Amino acid sequence: MELELRGITKRFPGVLANDSVDLTVRSGEILALLGENGAGKTTLMNILYGLYSADEGEVLIDGVPQHFADPGDAIAAGIGMVHQHFMLVPVFTVTENVVLGVEPTLAAGVLNLKQARRDVFEISERYGLRVEPDALTETLPVGVQQRVEIIKVLFREAEVLVFDEPTAVLTPQEVAEFFGIVRSLRDAGKAIIFITHKLKEALEIADRISVLRRGAVVGQAIPGEMDDRALAEMMVGRPVELVVQKGDAHPGDAVLEVEDLLVVDDRAHPMVDGISFTVRSGEIVGIAGVQGNGQTELVEALTGLRPAVSGTIRIGGADMTAEDPRDIHKAGVAHVPEDRQRSGLVLKFTVAENMVLDSYHDAPYSRGIIMDWPVVDEAASRLVEEYDVRTPSIDVPLANLSGGNQQKVIVAREFGRDVRLVIASQPTRGLDVGSIEYIHERIVKERDQGVAILIVSSELDEVTALSDRILVVYRGKIVAEVRPEETTNAELGLYMAGAKQQ
Amino acid sequence: MSDRIEDPQVAGEPEGGEPEESRGRKLWADIAGFGVDWRAAVLVPVLAVFTALVVGGLIMVLSDVDILKKFGSSPLGALADAWTLVSDAYIALAKGAFGSGEAISETLVAATPLILAGLSVAIGFRAGLFNIGGQGQLIVGAMASLIVGFQFSLPSIIHIPLALIAGILAGALWGGIAGLLKARTGAHEVITTIMLNFIALFLMRWALKTDFVRVVDRMDPISKPIEVSAQLPRFFGFVDGNTLRIHLGFLVALGAAWFSYWLLFKSTVGFEFRATGFNPHAAEYAGMKVSRLFILVMAVAGAMAGLAGAGQILGVHRQVVDGFQGSIGFDAIALALLGRSHPAGVVLASILFGALVAGGRIMQARTPIPIDLILVVQALVIVFIAAPALIRAIYRVRTGEGTAQLTRGWGS
Amino acid sequence: MTAAAEAQPAVVRTPKEIRRARILGVVYLLLALFVLFVFARGAEGDATFGLARPTDRFLNDLQLTLPAAGVAYAVAILLAFAGTVQLIRGLGKWTNAVLAVMLIFLVFAFLAWAAAGKQFSLVGMFRTSISLGVPIALGALSGVLCERVAVINIAIEGMLLAGAFTGALVGSAVNSWIGLVAATASGVILAWVLAVLAIRYRVDQIIVGVVINIFVAGLTAFLATRIMEPNPGLNSAAVFGPIGVPLLKDIPFVGPILFDQNLFVYAMYVITAALTFGLFRTRWGLRSRAVGEHPKAADTLGVNVYRMRYLNVMMGGAVAGFGGAFFTLGSVGRFDDNMSAGRGFIGLAAMIFGRWHPVGAVAGAMVFGFADAVRIRIALLRPIPSEFLAMAPYLATIIVVAGLVGRARPPAADGQPYIKE
Repeated sequence: MELELRGITKRFPGVLANDSVDLTVRSGEILALLGENGAGKTTLMNILYGLYSADEGEVLIDGVPQHFADPGDAIAAGIGMVHQHFMLVPVFTVTENVVLGVEPTLAAGVLNLKQARRDVFEISERYGLRVEPDALTETLPVGVQQRVEIIKVLFREAEVLVFDEPTAVLTPQEVAEFFGIVRSLRDAGKAIIFITHKLKEALEIADRISVLRRGAVVGQAIPGEMDDRALAEMMVGRPVELVVQKGDAHPGDAVLEVEDLLVVDDRAHPMVDGISFTVRSGEIVGIAGVQGNGQTELVEALTGLRPAVSGTIRIGGADMTAEDPRDIHKAGVAHVPEDRQRSGLVLKFTVAENMVLDSYHDAPYSRGIIMDWPVVDEAASRLVEEYDVRTPSIDVPLANLSGGNQQKVIVAREFGRDVRLVIASQPTRGLDVGSIEYIHERIVKERDQGVAILIVSSELDEVTALSDRILVVYRGKIVAEVRPEETTNAELGLYMAGAKQQ
Repeated sequence: MSDRIEDPQVAGEPEGGEPEESRGRKLWADIAGFGVDWRAAVLVPVLAVFTALVVGGLIMVLSDVDILKKFGSSPLGALADAWTLVSDAYIALAKGAFGSGEAISETLVAATPLILAGLSVAIGFRAGLFNIGGQGQLIVGAMASLIVGFQFSLPSIIHIPLALIAGILAGALWGGIAGLLKARTGAHEVITTIMLNFIALFLMRWALKTDFVRVVDRMDPISKPIEVSAQLPRFFGFVDGNTLRIHLGFLVALGAAWFSYWLLFKSTVGFEFRATGFNPHAAEYAGMKVSRLFILVMAVAGAMAGLAGAGQILGVHRQVVDGFQGSIGFDAIALALLGRSHPAGVVLASILFGALVAGGRIMQARTPIPIDLILVVQALVIVFIAAPALIRAIYRVRTGEGTAQLTRGWGS
Repeated sequence: MTAAAEAQPAVVRTPKEIRRARILGVVYLLLALFVLFVFARGAEGDATFGLARPTDRFLNDLQLTLPAAGVAYAVAILLAFAGTVQLIRGLGKWTNAVLAVMLIFLVFAFLAWAAAGKQFSLVGMFRTSISLGVPIALGALSGVLCERVAVINIAIEGMLLAGAFTGALVGSAVNSWIGLVAATASGVILAWVLAVLAIRYRVDQIIVGVVINIFVAGLTAFLATRIMEPNPGLNSAAVFGPIGVPLLKDIPFVGPILFDQNLFVYAMYVITAALTFGLFRTRWGLRSRAVGEHPKAADTLGVNVYRMRYLNVMMGGAVAGFGGAFFTLGSVGRFDDNMSAGRGFIGLAAMIFGRWHPVGAVAGAMVFGFADAVRIRIALLRPIPSEFLAMAPYLATIIVVAGLVGRARPPAADGQPYIKE
């Protein structure tokens, strides 16, 4: 079976998402679609899956043009998609999630759950995808949820499987396991399209690679015939520094001291379970770990958003354990939050208003309760200039800016004042390579000026590139402290999965 | 350092993952008055009112059994009758609203509590809260000012402000309860404020039966009148034999509108309100105490509505009668929407609605159309405002962004 | 979707939980004092609760006589005990159950005090409770239907009112059965408006709901004045009286309460059962719930999100319209302005109380109905100002919604319009 996308073009208002894209994949082969964030990969796959309709071009299966009006049509034609953000209903069981939309029924629409369970079990056996059919989806770890997504697709007898950034939330071990599954699916005769922005993965798993940049296919490659650098250059369009240039660190006094911290989540589960560590001025400490092992709660406790149950947090020697966000902010702590649009910015506010979002209450931006807008505007203009934020003016709503520039606003806001500690969570998630480069450089620059920096990231490469020291977190505890040059990703992965402890 | 890289926004796809404010959070588009699109700001409201009046006219005709019967026998005659009915009604409406000095006075008298109640809802909206409790807040404000009004005898210069402050505090308390419940328990303010409305209503009815409040030798639910010293003076009270009811309360209302503007756009408090309204999560992360803000917002909103109630008692009725509250609290919602939650817009919208009310009374007196039609017209106005897409579809007007969600469901 | 941390052996209580538990404990103790001083001291004599009606087939003079003061003392002691336990160590997962039980005892003590030295038909009061709870329950069921597909329906109040009006008007003009159909249809039409505005035009759902309520209130009052006042014959419909279910209605105490009611009550039973079965056992139910929890997932699997929402909302409208007819065709036969009096909102509170489950919602509605029934019956016994009793259901609603009964989780996509690219 051969699936072909021919001349696919798709426009959104002001954006050319796909530019005459040609793509082919056959049964029993893995094609990697490589491109950075925003290159048009997901749009292309959404067209294939019937979620969008192409403005020009067509989809052909074995030479026959297809017309997908909705996912139902694509599914019927044998195309199955495993989305980047899982499409699983959290409160349903595994079985319910698998059969949704193609439920086996008894008379009059009554569900035949027994049959459904049997089918799920059968598939899981056949392809080696271990799942518990009656488990509640929201309680399952990410790796298992992904298996449910795969079973969903196989249940509908897909012949073409599309994986959209499947390894974003997996540990290196889970990734290896996942690759094994993908290879066996290929060997079973499925055609596989693997969407990713991670060069290394494309090189490892794919039979062929197509590189997408700015909506167009800019090159094809066979792994082995091309190295990372050339591929990266194709992806970005210019020579890229894959790893930020960084001099040695010269750490000074301790700025952040955490001792025996215990933090619980909203359901009273201990997420940070007795953590102790120090961050000194002029050094970057990276926290590595799979999401969900307490990093979020740790950052919340450090920034005052969540009270710690016990333990101490000292900033600059002063006990800040029970302080609120504003006081911690005043103590010279900057916070780049994990989810910039949800936690860091008010999209409907202007650039200027966002610039003072956490400092409006102080002089010179306000006197008492009266805002001094002229001063705000002046400061905002200055910061926009200094941090290279691309915006028509400081009075446009922030929503008009691209993701990279929004993040720069946050960086400008946080770095642009006198700080001694920066806490950055997933600072470059979802950004294009250029913005990633810029932010990494900025972080190193801050470090060189004596700021203490704590980075929390699930991108191992980012952690290893930036950090002077790495702390691996597993189940709320620190299980390893290493220097990046003294370890490998594989070893880090073992720590992250709790398979090894120092 | 890094050379300037072209911003890759233009090519490729829109920002990956979830667009907009945050996963599942709501946006404030038109309502916030963003964008200087004059079409959205002026044309849509005007067309909305016009369309609502047209539909109102249709309802008038369709509810007239005689005209409907006549359609069978002589359609043209029926049409003529229909036209007469509608035009008589609307002419009476217009006359009652602007046709004379007295009419204008009545319009402004009706507008006064509407401005305040509208501000109450608008301030709430700006902070992301839906204050439907205007009715209840206005009732307790009225009761408080009433009691201060008849219980003491002080020089006017003290008595009036004192009574007004009582109303403000009572309203703030009533609104604050809902805010507190939301802050501490997450209870949705739509339900709590509606419930508080009923409770306030029953409290008032009970109070009107007690010896303390009611007029002792009468059995009907009517309170003692306030002292003369507590009465808000009428503007033209010095002219003998005049009957214009417009009173100082109107200026108080305008003052409150100016204060609201200053609060929302020139103060740090207002900055916090607006941030919370757009994105409470980010507000929290930025150090704002969102829970406390909820309480403060509801208290301020309640204070405004309480002031509306106080104004009505001190300036218009001079005593409390069950029913004085009318539907001011609900009209206020329409006003806030029509005025796009901006104090200036609220003032204009209130004058419009005041015109409808004043005119509606005359319409009811002189034509067979009951004043309830006005409620229908108001509801239609809201719909058309809240769904600019509808106006667009009807009139093929291009306006700004589609409308937005103001609320967040029950959780949160 | 994150990897869940496995439950550690010792579950720590969050500071919030501890505070809530303590507040509850103090509340219990205060209530114990209240019962002691007001009910125990103020009660003289025995309360006689009638448990049957003279017209019942079996045991038609069944009664329960209790010393009012004794009951009060007993309840006070129980409350004090519960309060102490709650304060010291908290009751963990029993908290809500204990709260429910304590509230029941409290009410019982209240009734005993009110009926001290007199006769009081308990069976009559429960019958009235069910009756009064029906429109709330139907409103709540309507809410469940809509919210399960993530559409907030504030307009239930308006649909009830419209159903009442249409039922009275058409019921008087033609006959009550047609009136029922018309009432249901009016609910469907309003629901359709809600659906179009909320789903297609993506207007904020709460605004649409409030608007529909204002519109209906105005329109019904307007039409009542224009059409009904000059033609009183158009405002007097035949009322559906109680129909006894043979055999079942003869069960002592329970029979007259549950099985000798009018068709609205029976319809409520049927709808509840059907909805429960439908939501959890059929394809329609699975898809509806998916649409409410994760519409994007449903969409990617070929479920038509828009169509399911329209369908369910209109069904909800039908239920609400039908429920509204109760006020007129099931009760007094004539329409009065604003006769729904907030029942739609109370229905929403009942729905939240019942955690969006049909059975829970109806149970919640019955609690409110009970509060209402207490108000009516107690007024005959004790000179408590009727206004305070009238406040009872509304106060109860606030308490429920304030989550003293525990936080509930609405369908995840509740209130959010679905935007298909």
